[in-house]
Amino acid sequence: MYTAASFTAGLVFGLGLIVAGMANPAKVLGFLDLAGAWDPSLALVMVGAIAVGAGAFALMKERTRTLLGAPVLLRSARRIDRRLVLGSLVFGLGWGLSGICPGPALVLAGTGSGKGLVFLVAMLAGNGIFEFLESRREPAQSATT
Amino acid sequence: MSIAWNAFTPASALIGGAIIGAAAALFAVLNGRIAGISGILGGLMRPQAGDVSWRIAFVAGLVAAPLTWGLVAALPEIRVDASVPTLAAAGLLVGAGTRYGGGCTSGHGVCGVSRLSPRSIVATLSFMAAGFATVFVARHLIGS
Repeated sequence: MYTAASFTAGLVFGLGLIVAGMANPAKVLGFLDLAGAWDPSLALVMVGAIAVGAGAFALMKERTRTLLGAPVLLRSARRIDRRLVLGSLVFGLGWGLSGICPGPALVLAGTGSGKGLVFLVAMLAGNGIFEFLESRREPAQSATT
Repeated sequence: MSIAWNAFTPASALIGGAIIGAAAALFAVLNGRIAGISGILGGLMRPQAGDVSWRIAFVAGLVAAPLTWGLVAALPEIRVDASVPTLAAAGLLVGAGTRYGGGCTSGHGVCGVSRLSPRSIVATLSFMAAGFATVFVARHLIGS
């Protein structure tokens, strides 16, 4: 049930990305091009998503179990540090070069787009680079503490 | 700034956004998790027992979305203008940056901002600013 719910959430998320135009990198770049002929559509995608999402997160705030009885794991890091900002800036650089972020990358791969697959493979390699650097960092860190 | 009224699609943007929000809501209410795609995917790099199938299911759902759509109707226009080398570089940056930043457009931008998480608001402002700056440089400084 838990896995089926996860699949459904992913599927609905992907359909939403397609309806919204987020799965079309050319449209995303039209939003990021403030100085050109600016397409404000994606700001409304955020508005729509947050308007619907906010209620659910507020509902779950006080609960410890989900409707399926699974533990609520919505508490997350609160730290605002250099990693958060620099990582997000690097992400934004890649997003601005391509018009693709992780969700749309998976949807694009599902369309069979060759360019989408190139992006997805490179993105997974980027994940791998992060894991490699983190695994080297951890022993070094524990050695100093 | 000039608004491209011919490209502006307010209705589908709002409806699509609401569907994305509904997916995030479903995931929070049933699975008790944040629908953050970079984190869901990244967690598969170091698989932990009992923590794999829901991640694969979510990713499979996203990949299945265009296939499901295709059963019913033709997909809307999807155009990738960037060259293959640019896409490879961009993918690497997105893959590493989202993991360092602890999230992407979905986890920070949709879920985090919905919860008014200061950390996610800072992340969202950072990646949006970098995205705007990158397109400005690529299209109006280098491209012109």
